[in-house]
Amino acid sequence: MDELLEILKKIKPGVDFEHETGLVEKRILDSMSIIRLVSALNNAFDIEIQVTDLVPENFESAASIMALVERLEDE
Amino acid sequence: MKNILEYFEKTVKAYPDKIGFADASREVTFLETDLHVRAIGSALCACGEKRAVAILIDKTVNCIEAMLGALYAGDYYIVMDVHSPGERINGILNILDNPLVITDKDSEFVATDIGKEYLLYEELVQTKIDDELLSQKRKTMCDLDTAYILFTSGSTGMPKGTVISHRALISYINWVTEEFGFNEETVFGSQTPLYFSMSVTDFYSTIKCGCTYHIIPKQHFTFPLNLVEYLNDNKINTIYWVPTAISILSNWKVFDVIKPQYLKTVLFAGEVMPTKQLNYWIHHLNPAITYANLFGPTETTDICAFYVLDRDFSDSDTIPIGKACDNCDSFVVNSEGKLSAPGEEGELYVRSSFMANGYYKNPEKTAEVFVQNPLHNNYPETVYRTGDIVKQNERGELVYITRKDFQIKRSGYRIELGEIEAGANSVEKVKSCACVYDKKADLLVLIYEGAVKDTAVVLEAVRNHVPAYMVPDEVIRIKEMPINANGKLDRKALLATYKTL
Repeated sequence: MDELLEILKKIKPGVDFEHETGLVEKRILDSMSIIRLVSALNNAFDIEIQVTDLVPENFESAASIMALVERLEDE
Repeated sequence: MKNILEYFEKTVKAYPDKIGFADASREVTFLETDLHVRAIGSALCACGEKRAVAILIDKTVNCIEAMLGALYAGDYYIVMDVHSPGERINGILNILDNPLVITDKDSEFVATDIGKEYLLYEELVQTKIDDELLSQKRKTMCDLDTAYILFTSGSTGMPKGTVISHRALISYINWVTEEFGFNEETVFGSQTPLYFSMSVTDFYSTIKCGCTYHIIPKQHFTFPLNLVEYLNDNKINTIYWVPTAISILSNWKVFDVIKPQYLKTVLFAGEVMPTKQLNYWIHHLNPAITYANLFGPTETTDICAFYVLDRDFSDSDTIPIGKACDNCDSFVVNSEGKLSAPGEEGELYVRSSFMANGYYKNPEKTAEVFVQNPLHNNYPETVYRTGDIVKQNERGELVYITRKDFQIKRSGYRIELGEIEAGANSVEKVKSCACVYDKKADLLVLIYEGAVKDTAVVLEAVRNHVPAYMVPDEVIRIKEMPINANGKLDRKALLATYKTL
């Protein structure tokens, strides 16, 4: 989780990622930051996020992003 | 023809019951739009002559109707980015001469926050239509009247307003609709914000040709599967997007999963189209689709040169910007002020009715770039210097090389780094700062020197000063800014050193 939070803070400084649960809904992460986030996640966790994983629900909070990463790590 | 609304009136007559405009929450026929805009126009007529109408409404049908309503009253409009900070909105409102502000219930809080008086869209559309008053207004107008002003980011930190007349708008729309054969069967999926010059093309083409104009919800560009479903659900056959938006679908290889079924015309402009990403579209979609690269500044309404793809390009090739549009003379001038020879680099100049009248209340900037034609001095003839360096390739096509100055473009937005720096410099203890753009990584990086330990403080100051698309991706504090031989801040060195930080 710490590694994920560090990535998020690099992509969008100044956001309370520990508690925020509306990253997509509140437009905190725009399309450019999502693209950068996905490529950072792929590199850091050695996973490959597919376009079919790219749905709003998976990106609303650090917890849901972590759940996605863990699911893909298991695959 | 002297007023762009004449096209609207023809379209209303020809296709009254056709859906003209649709957003996420509603769709309207041309006739419904007509009734609303004449009501708004009648209300605004009572507010004075040739007023600046600032529209604080998100990209919705409401916003479109407010724009046309302002034109009916003989006013000119300025669409504002309701998501930008109050400081910037006020900055633009303060430049304008006694503006009227229109907002709607959804964005009313923005108008309240900045403490300006405003008119409410929902009330304006209830006004009784006074056709006699509207036609009197029209009689006093000519095609040199201003239709709208588009504000772009200015180098001194002050936004710069490009003034576009009805004549420029009509001339440009005549070209673009004829060149690409738009008609009542054209269905646009509109991506660009209404405060951005590219938005003029699909919107006013719809006004002229009776097309259908769908406003794509912004969120779809983050989640590309939803975007393609949206294109198919609405049978969208024509798009005019910034390359960044087009590339999203390529980078995700979305067409391996789902394909747009109805596309016929794919146009792009606003920044350099990466060929690799475009090739993904070309190789995965219907080969009958027309692709065209459009090129031009806000100061020529939208576009001054274009290239319709007629051959294959490898991923490392550059797509040309082609040739001048009809009724628009685009020519290349070398450093000696003469026409460039084929293959010789020079600055792109434009001589056309597409040209803006100049910048609002900014005679200095206007005189810098709206200049006497350098090729002759026989009579007054104003041309526009684009500041873009281009050359002609061996096929006689124009090829874009770079911007003459530091101005950068990102996702189609023009960004003056100086405006971001002005925000950071507003923090008391920031000693020196510079914003650099790492093109390769697509990162906007703000670097500063000074006794402000928390970079978030500087970021917050910038956030309050500029719209979201200009907020830096990284803020870095360093001990000492590099200085070059002339004693100026060394941006090149800064870009190199930041990468090692």
